Amino acid sequence: MIKVNDIHKRFGETEVLKGITTSFEPGKTNLIIGQSGAGKTVFLKSLLGLHVPEEGTIIYNGQVNTEMTIENKRDFRQELGMVFQGSALFDSLNVEENVMFPLKMFKQQSKNEMLDRVNIVLERVDLENSNQKFPAELSGGMQKRVAIARAIVMNPKYLFCDEPNSGLDPSTSILIDNLIKEITEEYQITTVINTHDMNSVMEIGDKIVFLKDGLKAWEGSSKEIFKTDNQAVVDFVYSSNLFKKVREAYLKEQ
Amino acid sequence: MNYIEHVGKYFMMLGQIFKRPQKFRVFREALFREIEQLGIKSIGIISFISFFIGGVIALQTALNISDPLIPKMLIGFATKRSVILEFAPTFCSIILAGKVGSYITSSIGTMRVTEQIDALEIMGVNSLNYLVLPKIIATVFFYPFLIILGMFLAIFGGWAAGILSNMFYEADYIAGIQYDFAPFLVVYALVKTIIFAFIISTVPSYHGYYVKGGSLEVGKASTQSVVWTIVVIVIANYFLTQMLLT
Repeated sequence: MIKVNDIHKRFGETEVLKGITTSFEPGKTNLIIGQSGAGKTVFLKSLLGLHVPEEGTIIYNGQVNTEMTIENKRDFRQELGMVFQGSALFDSLNVEENVMFPLKMFKQQSKNEMLDRVNIVLERVDLENSNQKFPAELSGGMQKRVAIARAIVMNPKYLFCDEPNSGLDPSTSILIDNLIKEITEEYQITTVINTHDMNSVMEIGDKIVFLKDGLKAWEGSSKEIFKTDNQAVVDFVYSSNLFKKVREAYLKEQ
Repeated sequence: MNYIEHVGKYFMMLGQIFKRPQKFRVFREALFREIEQLGIKSIGIISFISFFIGGVIALQTALNISDPLIPKMLIGFATKRSVILEFAPTFCSIILAGKVGSYITSSIGTMRVTEQIDALEIMGVNSLNYLVLPKIIATVFFYPFLIILGMFLAIFGGWAAGILSNMFYEADYIAGIQYDFAPFLVVYALVKTIIFAFIISTVPSYHGYYVKGGSLEVGKASTQSVVWTIVVIVIANYFLTQMLLT
């Protein structure tokens, strides 16, 4: 569970986050959406601890970020999994070594124990026979799956994804979305996804937080987003004709 | 950002690098990888250049000794001194700055722009310590061996040039090599090499680690890092020579 209380973040004179309050529950896929420049990335980086907000607190399972000692922060980072927009796999390591890296760095396990764990997570993301391949030999979708495997190999409590579908074809995009959703529910992880993909919003958004100009303009579920009368959300989510028609059809059905 | 800020940031980076590795097993693997990448893969170019430059030094010295009163053993003596004092430690380090420096900047810079360094940081890894410390240790410990190899091959190259060109006698050349051997000069060369190795691993790392932008910026940073590494080596060479030999 992550609770965010009135966080503000400034860069020089510019206030990027202007007081956001929300919460993210375990076992749920939480989506952050909004236009470019709305503060999504800064918000995600604040949740990851890469930016320190000037005001407000972020509470991770009762632990307040501002009260964490260096040791707490080090331990806390091991509870985080992150899937980057560009996968961020280590080019010089093969799939197996990439996924094994956090285990090697932080766990006191034998090579066989680590290998077993790596094979379990690779199987979970449907990449059983790619252990020896290097990132450059993988397709975009496969790279994302390796990134997910690396993110979950340490059994994290929190999974953060920055644009996990970017650059993927629609069918692979849906596969990745479903995989994240399944893993979230299976391992009861608190998942926070930064996305522009409206398919993801409709398909896997247990909770959606819409940011506008550094403020939370709306929050709700993927069902509620169909019914919302918040004009900013409607303009953003239903900007394409297809989604407008989908919404109209849904509302008619209701 | 002005030069003083860069220097300050460079020394702050060194502060982050020189910390105890988080996991010795991972550090050891990275160290062996770097010894291969930065050291063993440089043996070929250093050997090739050393052999031919040694030959050229010997031939040019021979060509410039026209006075019959000057003993021919001076060719071997001058080749040995030039190679030990300047060619092997400084010239080879400049070659390595080009080869290894651009590799270090582009590999770390690419990791920066593709968020691999962010991934390390989010995992809780001290990325500077993990990425740069093995490079420093690899170069500082391996380059002296590389430079000694360069010295031998350059002197051997001079001997081979003499044999092939018939411009001087083998016996004169060997007598020159053996004449007035001062072990301190080898120590001086190795001290310089160790300091240059440190510069070759840290200055390009700085340029790569703090690069901003995309692949174009990584390319620019690689060029800049080679230039600055050479500048720092040349300046350090002057001060080291003054400190150690005068």
